[in-house]
Amino acid sequence: MRSRGIILRGNFLSHYGRQLGTLSGLLGLVVVLWALTPHFLTVSNLLNVAEQATIIAIVAVGMTFVIITAGIDLSVGSVLAFAGVVMASLLHAGLPLPLALAAGLGTGLLCGVVNGLLITVGRLPPFIATLGMMSVARGSALMFTEGRPISGFPESFRSLATGDVMGIPVPVVIMLVVYAIAHFVLRRTKLGRYTYAIGGNEEAALLSGINVKLYKTMVYGLAGMLSGLAAILLTARLNSAQPIAGMNYELDAIAATVIGGTSLLGGEGTVVGTLIGALIMAVLRNGLNLLGVSSFIQQVVIGSVIIAAVLIDMWLKRRGK
Amino acid sequence: MTDAPVLEMRHIRKTFPGVVALDDVDFELRRGEVHILLGENGAGKSTLMKILSGAYQKSAGQIIFDDAEVEIKNPKHAQTLGISTIYQEFNLIPHLSVGENIFLGREPARMPGLIDQRAIFQAATRALNDLGLTLDPRRLVKELRVAEQQMVEVAKALSLDARILIMDEPTAALTEHEIGELFTTIRKLKEKGVSIVYISHRMEELFEIGDRVTVLRDGRTVGTYDVRGMSKSELIRLMVNRELTELFPKERVTRGAEVLRVEGLSTKDGLKDISFSLHKGEVLGISGLLGAGRTELARAIFGLDKITSGTIYINGERRRINSPRAAINSGIGFLTEDRKSQGLVLPLSVKENLCLPSVDKFSSWGVMDSGKEERAADGYVKELRIKTPNLNQKVVFLSGGNQQKVVLSKWLCCEAEVFIFDEPTRGVDVGAKTEIYQLMNRLTAAGVAIIMISSEMLEVLGMSDRVLVMRAGSIACEFNDGEATQERILQCALGE
Repeated sequence: MRSRGIILRGNFLSHYGRQLGTLSGLLGLVVVLWALTPHFLTVSNLLNVAEQATIIAIVAVGMTFVIITAGIDLSVGSVLAFAGVVMASLLHAGLPLPLALAAGLGTGLLCGVVNGLLITVGRLPPFIATLGMMSVARGSALMFTEGRPISGFPESFRSLATGDVMGIPVPVVIMLVVYAIAHFVLRRTKLGRYTYAIGGNEEAALLSGINVKLYKTMVYGLAGMLSGLAAILLTARLNSAQPIAGMNYELDAIAATVIGGTSLLGGEGTVVGTLIGALIMAVLRNGLNLLGVSSFIQQVVIGSVIIAAVLIDMWLKRRGK
Repeated sequence: MTDAPVLEMRHIRKTFPGVVALDDVDFELRRGEVHILLGENGAGKSTLMKILSGAYQKSAGQIIFDDAEVEIKNPKHAQTLGISTIYQEFNLIPHLSVGENIFLGREPARMPGLIDQRAIFQAATRALNDLGLTLDPRRLVKELRVAEQQMVEVAKALSLDARILIMDEPTAALTEHEIGELFTTIRKLKEKGVSIVYISHRMEELFEIGDRVTVLRDGRTVGTYDVRGMSKSELIRLMVNRELTELFPKERVTRGAEVLRVEGLSTKDGLKDISFSLHKGEVLGISGLLGAGRTELARAIFGLDKITSGTIYINGERRRINSPRAAINSGIGFLTEDRKSQGLVLPLSVKENLCLPSVDKFSSWGVMDSGKEERAADGYVKELRIKTPNLNQKVVFLSGGNQQKVVLSKWLCCEAEVFIFDEPTRGVDVGAKTEIYQLMNRLTAAGVAIIMISSEMLEVLGMSDRVLVMRAGSIACEFNDGEATQERILQCALGE
């Protein structure tokens, strides 16, 4: 069918043109690091990078949904800590593993839904609602544990971080599955369509009969739940749930999302871009470590990369017009 | 008024990559005249005025201002020359006062960095009095009516010693009464020797305020004429180069069964005890002054504003409409006045916009059936001849007329039986207007019922089967076919 070919071409360019740019950035970075240090391009190091990226990458999926609705979620890092300690204490209390995991996800979901309700029913700006939740969840995690980490878990739980599927670490597999599902949801489901519509023009979405409050709340709930998932993986990897875990993760997740081409103005963005964004950050950190660059300089470099990525993106967009 | 031109634009040419927007355009402005610039959308009016106001650079041609050739480098430069523009969207800062807005960027100061507030308010009062306005310069701009904000813009331009004032669709958001006030101000400006370039789609205004008119078509000058002695049909012919035997191609359809009945409807937003009915194949025009509650009525029927009392019946069945979803499910579609801010999600594609209210039709268990969706969207694109390279084109890149068609398709796709059009042709040129009216005819022929809210009296008279006139949140009069005249509607709207 000829018309279908045309349809697909329009589709491909409008949705993935931007990602090709980010992807070439990532590949360029890989080539440079490969030239600079032989250790970089080894299977074990690349798997290491992927594993390093998983936690932020998963949190960034939720962030991408939220940012596409033209919102922001500053609470994801604190919610991660809170969900982690809740799950850990339940595991210690002897709750069966699946129930404890569900509690971890559920805690995240609950925090996210509260964010969503504050924003939709309470009509608070997302920045304020989630800033409050950031503090409340962090404080709750500290209160709950009296500031002490909860450590030592059964092997069955830890295998979530240590195990592998055909050589690929389980967290990486989980991350890929999350991305595949998120991509499908955004591109092919009603929830995805409404997410873009709300971010693109909330009033037009409302006038098209979309229950904006419900879908926004769902999106914040999703972001919270993914923080819960990240909490599970982080706790399993560290064999410890810490009330101070996830500090500044919200900023890393926002950075990954933005580097990946999602506009803070809402209405556009992809999780594929976000994954590339998260990988760019992880590759950069790993490469700079391999090169023995001090962590102080690393912060300067990463900040510069974020600014450069967005500058280039805006420049390309303006030229595109 | 002297006949010596203040400004001459000769052989102006403007090209954009791949497009010639203006080709050999001549334009001449005399001192103290109101010169109407007329043409369909895309005829080049805005481009010409953007060159004059410094927003665009001409590709070729000459601009002669005060007998000397000038190159207008940028908007700031145009302002220094004495050329000011009042755009449809005002450049005012809502949280600042009238006076502060008038002197924004050139505040009188006693010491560097320290604003002399009293001097601002005194100078602003003088500038406003000069125009015969009694606006308090201390009021915040956000508290003003649209018409008053416009006056602030005029005062600002005048305080910049403007000698040429470009007004782009100045009456688009004004009520009949406010238009009268604007015209009084314009006459004052003429007395002061200010020349005005006036862009408007409203023919009636042209005869009321214009001295001369220049018609543009497809980027070329058709000619400049004295307004006196021209007729409306002659001007339309010059604009479109085809005889518009009828501006309003209204086709009568035999009235069918009742689809919508509203009884005793009241809302917190100011509607009081509204009752009316609507039949299949009928266009019900709703007239009234700005603020009479017309848009509020549409919002209430569409489930956007809370109904405090009253009932809505659809096909004789009582319905509780408390959300847009409920309205859509009852077969109501709402084409809002402002397409861009309310009707469309600009970064989404034609297909995605078109199917937005009817997503449920194209999905099962929340998963979209893209094939089905594409076929449906493709059908409407072909049927309404929406010009788009493909279904995945973002609507932001479509022209205004095609965007309007996408909005219309949205509701066709939902199989709406009642269409509410709020100001369907505002800011649309004559050719596109006719096309919208023809679409209305096709809808009514298919048995759809239309509620048409409009501030354009001729449109209400030309397209409606029945007319309701609203005043202060209630229905003041109802006119059946043939009973309505411009005078009767206006008298009723004003409550005389």
